[in-house]
Amino acid sequence: MQSALSPAGIQASRVLDLWHVTLTVCCIVFAGVLLACMIALLRAPRSNPATPADLGNNERLERGINRSVIAGTVISALLLVGLLVADVITDRALSRLPVDNALHIEVTGFQWWWQARYAPENGGDGFAVANELHVPVGRPVVVSLVAADVIHTFWVPNLHGKKDMIPGQQSSIAFRADRAGVYRGQCAEFCGYEHALMAFSVVADTPSQYAAWAARQRQAAAAPADNIAMHGRDVFLNADCARCHTVRGTPANGTLGPDLTHLASRQTIAAGTFVNNAHNLSAWISNPPALKPGVMMPATRFAPGDLQALVVWLGTLK
Amino acid sequence: MSTTGDLPKVQARPDEADASELLLDVRALPTFAFGHRSMMWWSTAGLMLIEGTVFGIAVMMYFYLRTHAPAWPMAAAAPELRWGTLNTLVLLLSMLPNQLAKRAAERCERGPARLWMTVCLLATVVFLVLRGLEFATLNVSWYTNAYGSVVWLLLGLHTTHLITDAIDTGVLTVMLFTGPFESKRFVDVSENALYWYFVVLSWLPLYGVIYWAPRF
Amino acid sequence: MSEHASSSHLNAPGGHGPRPVDGPHASDAARAKLAATWSDPPGFIGALSAINHKTIARRFIVTTFVFFVLGGLLALVMRTQLARPELRLIGPNLYNELFTTHGTTMMFLFAVPVMQAVAAYLVPLMVGARSIAFPRMNAYAYWIFLFGGLLLFASLAVNSAPAAGWFSYVPLSGPDYSPGKGSDIWAQMITFTELSGLLEAIVLITTIFKMRAPGMSLNRMPLFVWATLVTQFMVIFAMPSVMLCSTALILDRLVGTHFYNPAKGGDVLLWQHLFWFFGHPEVYLIFIPPLGFISSIIPTFARRPVFGYPAMVLALIATAFLAFGLWVHHMFATNLPELGKSFFTAASLMIAIPSAIQIFCWIGTLWTGRLNLRTPLLFVLAFFFILVMGGMTGIMVASVPLDLQVHDTYFVVAHLHYVLLGGAVFPLFGAFFYWFPKFAGRMLSERLGRWQFWLFFVGFNVTFFPMHLLGLHGMPRRVWTYPRGLGWENMNFAATIGAWTIALSVLLFIINVVVTLWRGEAAPADPWGAGTLEWSVASPPPPHNFDAIPVVHGRDPMWEPSAQPRFVSGLAADAREVLVTSVLDAKPDHRSWFPSPSIWPFISAVATTVLFIASIYTPWAVVWGSVPVAVAMIGWFWPKRSSNAFAVAREQRP
Repeated sequence: MQSALSPAGIQASRVLDLWHVTLTVCCIVFAGVLLACMIALLRAPRSNPATPADLGNNERLERGINRSVIAGTVISALLLVGLLVADVITDRALSRLPVDNALHIEVTGFQWWWQARYAPENGGDGFAVANELHVPVGRPVVVSLVAADVIHTFWVPNLHGKKDMIPGQQSSIAFRADRAGVYRGQCAEFCGYEHALMAFSVVADTPSQYAAWAARQRQAAAAPADNIAMHGRDVFLNADCARCHTVRGTPANGTLGPDLTHLASRQTIAAGTFVNNAHNLSAWISNPPALKPGVMMPATRFAPGDLQALVVWLGTLK
Repeated sequence: MSTTGDLPKVQARPDEADASELLLDVRALPTFAFGHRSMMWWSTAGLMLIEGTVFGIAVMMYFYLRTHAPAWPMAAAAPELRWGTLNTLVLLLSMLPNQLAKRAAERCERGPARLWMTVCLLATVVFLVLRGLEFATLNVSWYTNAYGSVVWLLLGLHTTHLITDAIDTGVLTVMLFTGPFESKRFVDVSENALYWYFVVLSWLPLYGVIYWAPRF
Repeated sequence: MSEHASSSHLNAPGGHGPRPVDGPHASDAARAKLAATWSDPPGFIGALSAINHKTIARRFIVTTFVFFVLGGLLALVMRTQLARPELRLIGPNLYNELFTTHGTTMMFLFAVPVMQAVAAYLVPLMVGARSIAFPRMNAYAYWIFLFGGLLLFASLAVNSAPAAGWFSYVPLSGPDYSPGKGSDIWAQMITFTELSGLLEAIVLITTIFKMRAPGMSLNRMPLFVWATLVTQFMVIFAMPSVMLCSTALILDRLVGTHFYNPAKGGDVLLWQHLFWFFGHPEVYLIFIPPLGFISSIIPTFARRPVFGYPAMVLALIATAFLAFGLWVHHMFATNLPELGKSFFTAASLMIAIPSAIQIFCWIGTLWTGRLNLRTPLLFVLAFFFILVMGGMTGIMVASVPLDLQVHDTYFVVAHLHYVLLGGAVFPLFGAFFYWFPKFAGRMLSERLGRWQFWLFFVGFNVTFFPMHLLGLHGMPRRVWTYPRGLGWENMNFAATIGAWTIALSVLLFIINVVVTLWRGEAAPADPWGAGTLEWSVASPPPPHNFDAIPVVHGRDPMWEPSAQPRFVSGLAADAREVLVTSVLDAKPDHRSWFPSPSIWPFISAVATTVLFIASIYTPWAVVWGSVPVAVAMIGWFWPKRSSNAFAVAREQRP
């Protein structure tokens, strides 16, 4: 779900309320103008090029039009001022979301994926995830926005309007999810090749679900339980994967690509492009540019057995 | 004497072919005029508006970058005052032969126009040489940082105007000597003088921005 | 003096024998001489040397229309790719090049230039002049425009096209993230088109201020001429901004400056400020001239002048001023201060008021007129539906909170096409149907016109209305594909059907034009019974436009009863003599001798093209490339001995 028309949080609700007011006013004005046009068309007598032009001012007619034009202008101005007031009120309300006890996340936009760093709180450490954020329902969230390369835009329409991530500058956005669910977000500033495939999701959990998720995310990756998984982990560490990816609990601590410590807890891969299952993961690892042209992760050449083991191990990173 | 003069009076007279019709007879109108009465003035004015806007926006770029910078100038000393100030004086002084050339043109006096345009042409050589020295003593390169980039942009933009002004003045001066010449060329000389004023006067705020703004 | 030919042959002062002059009763010989004097030279070199404003404007209009069709074809490919989710007809790189080229073509190579081109044809005729001001510079501006457009399409042909959007935001378009020459080509194409636009602005402003027929004081000028005048002043103040910002981009990419590099003190948002300071007025450069078309068409088809001339003029001027105060509404999603953004919301809402005044005045005119419902009026009526709807969505996106949801989504795509097609393209087609008889001497088919109109109107709404919903449902812009399951499939499919319908309607227009030129009904001088001066001359006009310059006594010279004097006489028929008048009241001032056709503007344009293109490969080109340009322009300016002698003989000092 990715729609501004189904708000799941207070910010998006306020915007939708303003939308309803503005839409109503605009529909009335539009209908009025169209009606005036239609009446003019229907009641005016017909003519042809030979019909003499009417240059003489019919005093009464011209005064009538004069009054109508002035009336129309005054009404339009008043409606516009009214809308301006509604806009400013909504704007103020949006910027005054109470943010005591807010959850702080720093989201960085990369060409074409999202990194999210959760701030430490309640004695727990901070942790990093990629492409799938979890937030507790009913608690304000303040997201600091950073751009790693070009301009990206953080946008989850069900929860709030968008905010740009601009290289060299800091910005932030504050929202609150008021209904549990999974809300899809997408980059909304053209950022190159795969701008179209740079999505993410915000999962709004109940507070206890969120606490459990956060606690799990804080833990390092569990040690592999069986031989295949262990072999998979070795494949991972011996190939170049660690140059870009981090898996806490292993020596891998690259930062060019998403943190994979809890990859298996995520519903999608490749920034919301594919469902996270063994088949897709396998295809992705083999040849990412074939599935998402322009992506920076290179194709690999694993032996089938190695690839299988790798996928099994990644599947243990819950 | 007004440079533009008064509008000529044009009479309506009866048409020979049909005495009841009046015609506006323009045969006796002059074939050129000075100041805003001439077409060339309007193209020069248009050019001044455009280039003035360019300079204005470039200056805004300078101050925009400055308000975003922790220190200004960035990692460089302010440009040396010597050559820029000297060139400013030369430019200001050049307005005198420029005005004399303009006046000679508007009096349709080819001899004095030749003299003063030649002086102006010499002035262009001087200020182009000094401009070269200005570039050499800016104390920053265009690729060092954004401060360097915008200072070179400002100075470079103005320099293109110095160069085009020099070329225009050169062409007109040659034409004053060798021909082909008609009186309408006096209008071109007068408009060139207007452009010259623009180039000098637009330099003053740029001089302030490039040389003095970093000192405050 | 001869008995019958009256003022055709007069003794020139200085006693050089009789010379032919113009006048309402000039002899056939004098009239033929006039036509010959103002004609373009024959042959291929003659075509390259042509400077008659109608010739240049016709070329200009046709060229912009070709770009319109090319831009539309690009859009068709894009829409076809988006017809179904997860389609793989084309890949991301080509798609990104296509939408960049589509936007760049429509905005820079079609919408603004076509308005200047139509004005370049009509303004001299409407103000009673034989020519446009600075005809050689007018020709040069055309060639520069053509070469700039060819540069862009050449880059697409060799797959080196820009791919960072028509707005080319940094850092994406900067040296780090757009390797290759695409972004440089984009930025330099800007230099071409903006140079052309700025020169054309000077040409049009000077024509309007200094070459109006005697008696056409400013408050008697047709509203289309006012719209053109206001637009050209906007061009002068807006285009320098984009020229500076694109030049700074080339400098960053080519010689290592840091205007947009935050690591070295540059600023990413500087690009957006500079671009949108131009970009917002630009859409008014596109919108205001069609307001002039509408003010020309409605009076003719309602048989009365537009109501409220002073209010209409002030509304145009107010719109132009306000247009410069809106640009930050393109940047609402950035981290600029909230209070500042609210100011731009207020300005963006207020600009609706002068446009509303114009709309109310037009409706009042229709209400009290007697209507002739022909094709030109139909296209104008579409404006009231489509543009007004676009204006409504404009009010929505002017609000910061609403914009934060719909910015960079298909909602904005819908909004911009409603205002640009409703506000400019529909009236432009109306203008084509209205003035085609004057340009080409033939009447376009009314039947094909209606078919085209309805297909276009229906197709347009089917294409773009669903996009409002797509945006609200979360579909961002500039995406080469989209996933299943988000509810976007049906609306996208409908939009694609609509796009093909629009294409069909444009094809009908082309067929209409081709068939009409081949064997259409010949057009009289004034097929519509209109009021302005262009309808007083033959269709198409002779090279010299007017056999005798009219003297104007009112706003609708063709409708008003005649007053004396009716015409000017005494301008030479054997030389390109133009009457220059005063700015406010159009009193005769002096006679100016205009330049003859010349190949130098073309050569200068070629030299300028070499300079511009070479300088995106090496900075030294700025130095050595300038030399041929300077030489060509000196050649352009330098008078020929024979014409100089002729001028000296005819000279009359003030």
